[in-house]
Amino acid sequence: MKRRIVSLLAIATMTATMFAGCGSTESASTETADSSTESADAAVELAEDTGKVLNIHCWNDEFQSRLKSHYKDYEEVDATHGKIGDVDVVWTITPSTDNAYQNNLDEALLAQESASADDKVDLFLVEADYALKYVDTDYAMPLKDLGITDADLADQYKYTQDIVTDSNGNLKGASWQACSAGLIYNREMAKEVLGTDDPDEVQALVSDWDKFKETSEKIVGAGYKMCSAFDTYRTYSNNVSGKWVQDGKLVMDKNIDKWIDDSKELVDAKAETTDDLWGDDWAKGKRPEGNIFCYFGPAWFFNFCLAADEEGTIANQGGWGYCVGPQSYYWGGTWICAATGTDNANLVKDIILTMTTDKDVLKEIAQQDADCVNSKTVLKELASDESGNLELLGGQNPYAQLAEGAEKIDLSNLSAYDQGCTEELEKAMKNYFLGNATKDEALDMFKKAVHEKYPDVTVD
Amino acid sequence: MAKKSKVVRYNKWGYIFLIPFLVVFIVFQLIPLVSTIYNSFFENYRSGLTQIGPNFVGIENYKTIITNGDLPLYFKNTMIMWILGFIPQIVLSLLLGAWFTDPSLRLKCQTFFKTVIYMPNLIMASAFAMLFFTLFADSGPINSLLIQIGVFKEAFKFMSHAGTVRGLVATMNCLMWFGNTTILLMAGMMGIDPSLFEAAQVDGATANQIFYKITLPLLRPILVYVMITSLIGGLQMFDVPQILTNGTGDPMRSSMTLIMYLNKHLFSKNFGLAGALSVYMFIITGILSMVVYKFTNSEKK
Repeated sequence: MKRRIVSLLAIATMTATMFAGCGSTESASTETADSSTESADAAVELAEDTGKVLNIHCWNDEFQSRLKSHYKDYEEVDATHGKIGDVDVVWTITPSTDNAYQNNLDEALLAQESASADDKVDLFLVEADYALKYVDTDYAMPLKDLGITDADLADQYKYTQDIVTDSNGNLKGASWQACSAGLIYNREMAKEVLGTDDPDEVQALVSDWDKFKETSEKIVGAGYKMCSAFDTYRTYSNNVSGKWVQDGKLVMDKNIDKWIDDSKELVDAKAETTDDLWGDDWAKGKRPEGNIFCYFGPAWFFNFCLAADEEGTIANQGGWGYCVGPQSYYWGGTWICAATGTDNANLVKDIILTMTTDKDVLKEIAQQDADCVNSKTVLKELASDESGNLELLGGQNPYAQLAEGAEKIDLSNLSAYDQGCTEELEKAMKNYFLGNATKDEALDMFKKAVHEKYPDVTVD
Repeated sequence: MAKKSKVVRYNKWGYIFLIPFLVVFIVFQLIPLVSTIYNSFFENYRSGLTQIGPNFVGIENYKTIITNGDLPLYFKNTMIMWILGFIPQIVLSLLLGAWFTDPSLRLKCQTFFKTVIYMPNLIMASAFAMLFFTLFADSGPINSLLIQIGVFKEAFKFMSHAGTVRGLVATMNCLMWFGNTTILLMAGMMGIDPSLFEAAQVDGATANQIFYKITLPLLRPILVYVMITSLIGGLQMFDVPQILTNGTGDPMRSSMTLIMYLNKHLFSKNFGLAGALSVYMFIITGILSMVVYKFTNSEKK
């Protein structure tokens, strides 16, 4: 008797797992292969919106909170749902970790044609590092097809448009942020070692890489370190003379090579660390006892990364200063793209226009959320009065420098492979900096890793 | 007209009871296995949003893996880390198993200790690896401790030396699995007829002699089982080194295992190369299991 019960139990659990298995495969297949054929080609002539659902794909709640507080018709329902008029807004939020956001978006876009009207992606967000992967395909819609003209976008910085311009010259996205970045230095340390903490005078001491090195000698002499080698990477990589991949072949730019050599020199001189960005060791510099002279970062770095609300950090005491640094560059930012096949073209157009070109909205964003916004006029206004003074910078107004930096950025050399190349280069070069490999060995490893990520790219 | 048989036939129940297992096996094991082999003959990956393939390329993928020299390197890494972890693990388990099953020692709180040594296995491997990652970070507690007691002058970079990274991986695997192995070996030891031990004691054998001459030989079947399952588990080592090195296998990929390498092909959804690599692993695992089995069973016959 007992044995029978045991075997019945065993069968029950087995069948249960079987059904569990079936259940999940079923639901997965409905997601991708649901093909109620309602081909909505509303976008071309901007016919009336037929969609009842606006699907937005993104990786965090940043855009959601911007929309909530600055787009007047948006009403929040719950964390992943909202309403604009009669249209339901559905947020698909997938974190970027381990490429999950892109994997998810890839599947959604590849299934776009066969998806039912309510499941079609209408808006999706991209970051600069992989923007071209989406922009340079037909899955992203040219803004001019939405009826957004160059005149509408004239006040934006050119670099923010270069990033989302495809190889045929079509602009396919817009951003509300201008993420020009610079050097954020520790005022107290500057006073002690360099004798000044005035942004202009510090800028003169780090205005190019040779001066940066000279200054680093003083900093090391006083027993401190400059920053992590990976902090400076983007300053070099934004100022390259060619794309990472040309004609299907990986090309090492001489400025990237300069980053490798400069960094190795500074790491060997104990002026730079090799701490990975965002790691615990790297974050120690946010406190005075971290003994780090500077970070490299844009406006979002101020609020997002310097932990100003924590007791005892440098930011909490208003101890940072900001200057442009050795070379102008940008870092990060979020672009809004319209997905081809959207059935809410008018709404999509209005969201893009309101969030990225409406000066009142942009000024609101700058003041409420301390974002560096993508509008020349608004930044000029902020730079000209006290409203742009930031406490964590000891009352300094960085907007003049940020605006100046944004004008200088040139991003014609972006490619769809940037994200993978950046990640793999940093990983491989860490070995070289730490002395675990020669430069050639590290470069070989980098090339191998790039080829693994992009099998169609030749590396020799 | 079928004549009603008076013989009650039970064997149909055998088949009916087999159905759940068969269905699960076919859906989750056989079909993936066959499709892996099938996929390995195709060029099939994604570059950005562009799907390339599937194009039939014959054994091209197998050739690529053999010629680029990655397979032997990552196989070596995997085996080094497995052996480094397995040897202390089996020694520790044999010792603990022998102590726990020895009635003359009369150990107290046995259940408590058995639970404690099994504990690490209950922690998720990734959580365990995260813990070690934080402990051994450049500015982590282990480094501050070592600096304070004067072993090092400045922080020792545990994560940038092949030896320490491999050592840490091996330590973690050993800690996680020795409890499990101990339980298995104890089961084997308790299955040995106690009269054999008594007879040996009466004949004046020492504890060491009993262990080597009686326990070990009679434990062989369970030892073979432990060896083979641990070997297969070792070849599939992934989560611990992946989390500990953040997927890089640093320094210079010296701690990259075969499965971590396989995982590298996930970024481009390169099913062809990943399939070929999986088939190689299938073959390697098969051969090694055969070797272990033959080697440990040969003396008997």
